Amino acid sequence: MTMCLAIPMQIVEISGDDAICAAGGIRKAIRLDLLQDAAVGDFVLIHTGYAIEKVDPDEARETLELIEKVYRAGTGGRSGGESS
Amino acid sequence: MTGGAELFRAFDDPKLASSLAGRLARLEIPRPLTLMHVCGTHEHAIARAGIRSLLPPGVRLIAGPGCPVCVCPAVDIDLAIQAALRDDMTVTTFGDMFRVPSGETSLEQLRAQERDVRVVYSPLDAVRIAREEPGAQVVFVAVGFETTAGPIAAALLGDVPDNFTVIPSLRLIPPALAFLLEGAGTQVDGFVLPGHVSTVLGRAGYDVLERDGGVPAVIAGFEAVDILQAVFELIEEALSGPPHAVRNLYRRVVSENGNVRARETIARAFEPVDSIWRGIGVIPRSGLALRPALRKLDAVLRFGLERRDGIADARPGCICHEVILGLSEPEACPLFGGACTPRRPYGPCMVSSEGTCRARYQYRGTPRG
Repeated sequence: MTMCLAIPMQIVEISGDDAICAAGGIRKAIRLDLLQDAAVGDFVLIHTGYAIEKVDPDEARETLELIEKVYRAGTGGRSGGESS
Repeated sequence: MTGGAELFRAFDDPKLASSLAGRLARLEIPRPLTLMHVCGTHEHAIARAGIRSLLPPGVRLIAGPGCPVCVCPAVDIDLAIQAALRDDMTVTTFGDMFRVPSGETSLEQLRAQERDVRVVYSPLDAVRIAREEPGAQVVFVAVGFETTAGPIAAALLGDVPDNFTVIPSLRLIPPALAFLLEGAGTQVDGFVLPGHVSTVLGRAGYDVLERDGGVPAVIAGFEAVDILQAVFELIEEALSGPPHAVRNLYRRVVSENGNVRARETIARAFEPVDSIWRGIGVIPRSGLALRPALRKLDAVLRFGLERRDGIADARPGCICHEVILGLSEPEACPLFGGACTPRRPYGPCMVSSEGTCRARYQYRGTPRG
């Protein structure tokens, strides 16, 4: 285990500060003490048994779009094979 | 449900990564630049993806003090060893810490000698062991940066049994950055800031990098695309005049103000204290001590463990202390890959899976720049 490694998982059940998260077929009991308002369906980063932050899919999408744009600005466009 | 997961994987997309790499290779570098990251997980990602082989000539990407186990001084490991040598004690620790030597022994060697040392994944596992085994004194070695301090603080503030204590050895990244800037011998033209420490601190938590004109710095995630983008932006910023404010390129998990609740939890359990870093020495207010209300949980106080400051951090021949500061590359060490390998590590930078030497050794077939 690397120490600051944190993996994104999705919350599937909540009971108080206890929750069950899932990713790639793995289910795991985690704690929500460090999050203000977590809900079932949220993606969260898990570190040493705790959710340490929520993951924002909209921000992920925007960052990818920005990177794509920067790349195109540098090459004058790409003929195909766009990353989705 | 899978939409989200696919979106995260897109940051590891080889096509997008090679597009960025192509753009990076075309940058004009009129003067040599040194970029530094301070995160063991970044070192892993960089070594695994062969990022250094993609850098334009004149740009170096080095590893700073970003591996919590590597910067943990021998004196702290010695405290854990003292605890493990007592007959009534069970010492619990993260796996990384298990094999780090202090003097001529390590927790791993003590376990081989029938001492009760156990590797745990979470501080909650250690609390559970204490609850299930009321006859044992269970000590948890609390090592890590801001990322790990939150979970540990939450566990300590919860319901813990009387036979549970900790050896506090947590450290903070911004004071270490301030130390590096004030002249640690490494000229740094830009920082790649640690993504998961930043979930706690937020972008605003790095004001130390914006003082005195500032230094280029970006918060980055851990996929190849994240790191290539970070390097690209740092190079452009370093070459284009006065630095901007710290920029957040890992917005999918890092917010402007960070995880306030995590910081409040840490502040309820701990207070800042001067702390020793391996290879560096004391950095003011860079560590965390238990607050008075929680001092009954401090194993050092409860069991009178002795802080033996004279213990040498560096074993003869080991250059971990230079590697930690980015002053030497692992390959420059005569022990690297010979007398020091992941199977038989000699220094902490080879022990920890976050260590710079370990990552370089593990991915040594990957082309470097």
